[in-house]
Amino acid sequence: MQRYVVGRLLLMLPTLLGVAVLTFVIMRMVPGDIVELRYASGGAGVSQELIDQERALLGLDKPMYAQFVDWMGGIVRLDFGQSLWTGRSVLDEIAVRLELSIELAVLATLLAIALAVPLGVLAAIKQDTWVDYAIRIFSIGGLAMPSFWIGILIVLVLLTVFYWSPPLTFTPFLEDPLANLSQLIWPALAVGYRYAAVAMRMTRSSVLEVMREDYIRTARAKGAGERLVVVRHALRNSLLPVVTVISLEFAFLVGGLVVTEQVFNLNGIGKLLVDAVAHRDYTLIQALVLLLAFVFVFVNFLVDMLYVVLDPRIRYT
Amino acid sequence: MSDAEDLARRRFAEDTRSRRWAGAVGTFIRQRPVGAAGAVLIVLMILAAVFADLIAPYDPEQGEFLDLLLPPSAEHLVGTDPFGRDVFSRLLYGSRTALTVGFVSSLVGSTLGLILGVAGAYFGGKIDQIIQRLMDVLISFPLIVIAIAVVAALGPGTTNVIAAVTVPVIPRVARVVRASALSIVAMPYIEATRSVGSGALRIMFSHIAPNVFAPYLIMLTAFLGQAILLEASLSFLGLGVVEPTASWGLMLRGAGMQFLERAPWLAIAPGVAISMAVFGFNLFGDSLRDALDPRLRTA
Repeated sequence: MQRYVVGRLLLMLPTLLGVAVLTFVIMRMVPGDIVELRYASGGAGVSQELIDQERALLGLDKPMYAQFVDWMGGIVRLDFGQSLWTGRSVLDEIAVRLELSIELAVLATLLAIALAVPLGVLAAIKQDTWVDYAIRIFSIGGLAMPSFWIGILIVLVLLTVFYWSPPLTFTPFLEDPLANLSQLIWPALAVGYRYAAVAMRMTRSSVLEVMREDYIRTARAKGAGERLVVVRHALRNSLLPVVTVISLEFAFLVGGLVVTEQVFNLNGIGKLLVDAVAHRDYTLIQALVLLLAFVFVFVNFLVDMLYVVLDPRIRYT
Repeated sequence: MSDAEDLARRRFAEDTRSRRWAGAVGTFIRQRPVGAAGAVLIVLMILAAVFADLIAPYDPEQGEFLDLLLPPSAEHLVGTDPFGRDVFSRLLYGSRTALTVGFVSSLVGSTLGLILGVAGAYFGGKIDQIIQRLMDVLISFPLIVIAIAVVAALGPGTTNVIAAVTVPVIPRVARVVRASALSIVAMPYIEATRSVGSGALRIMFSHIAPNVFAPYLIMLTAFLGQAILLEASLSFLGLGVVEPTASWGLMLRGAGMQFLERAPWLAIAPGVAISMAVFGFNLFGDSLRDALDPRLRTA
């Protein structure tokens, strides 16, 4: 097991390196030169001297491979460079916004699981009744409606029905849980809905499949109550595919966060990324894209490890 | 064989072919009414996009300066936006943008995925390894993040959005296609074709590709809805289609958010359009998947 974990971690390295290379290459696809582009968008005439100076400052006068080595060398020392826009260190820019985004992601995931598992099980045991249909329609809606639109609708309802809008400034959870949740619960709902919808569908079909197994019949035959059969025998064994889907959907969660932060005007990682693109802040974009891909790869790894906990039959060797 | 006989035979072949198609469509409608409902939504959208010039009561890009933010009425079915443009007309033209981006990017992305998947399965060894690792890397980026990165490099605009939406489709299709192609490559008839001297390209495209067409088609339809959603998201972020082109995501971006209380129709209508489109493609895609290959059933 230990060897497997170490092996998996080592296998992640080439992928992560590939991710870094690809990020670097995409950023170099920019037509023309970053410096020229930034000054040109400013509109004013700029001397060649200044452009050269700026280029040297950013290390853009060096050959491509040297730039990559510089960048990677920096990353190893946790130095992602300076934001081209604010001049502050990229790491600082990310650090101040990380808490909000992480909390939002966790909140959305928890909400999704809290919604998906009970509703999915309910739909499965009430298969082909109106309860099942209602739950399925609810989940189809989550797949079709973009999370940012649900966010807009939430804001609209809060405004027109309750004459209230969520606070705009972030309060850390430990400082004032209520103020914190009153701001973040809404975007978490908007993002979590899609997440819940997918997980719900998976829970439903997975429970349906397990319910047909022989050991369920055995459990019933020995006189176990229906509740016990569902909760202890069926649910536990149907969680594995649900976990898989939750990890696969994590990519969508990140996407949903990026867009939804914009709707609720939350100053998180997603908004930082969008602003960075708008400001042509390439060092920042590079770092953020890399960070998000790393997180994604790592979450997938964690989920693989979670399988072992959930299913004792799985043993990695 | 006389010419007449030949002609008759060819006609017969054509006849049965078209009848088989009609039969397949009929069966699909009868057995999968939900999928057929999705198909109807899609057809309606295609009609709206194709005939937007004829249906749209107003110019989607030209506003009337006296008619700002009018609520829905008989003249303006879904009201007007802050530039005095008719929202209904913009919705119709928006379906053009959505469908163009959706179809082109999922078609191009799936086809590139098909080529890479088949090539990997056929050649195996080093080439397969290289393709696989490359796909692993591409798949490590969350959909929208790689799309944003591409837009950041290329700049916004419809063509660049298509490129941005295409990239994340490729690795996902390549994986599925490769898995199916692997079992085809092992078949004796591939060996036989090789032994009569067919070249690699011929084997890949006339013998393997047609046999992995089902997963290809399934992935393609599955990504249509995703692509439309992605375009809307990018445009909403201001990283997609640029004004004055009508795009549903873009319509939600500026005015939809700004005049939320005063003109809620601006925020509601485009969202309904996006949802209906994605809904239609999802319904159709799911049914198509069930009809073509029940083993590929996922969440």
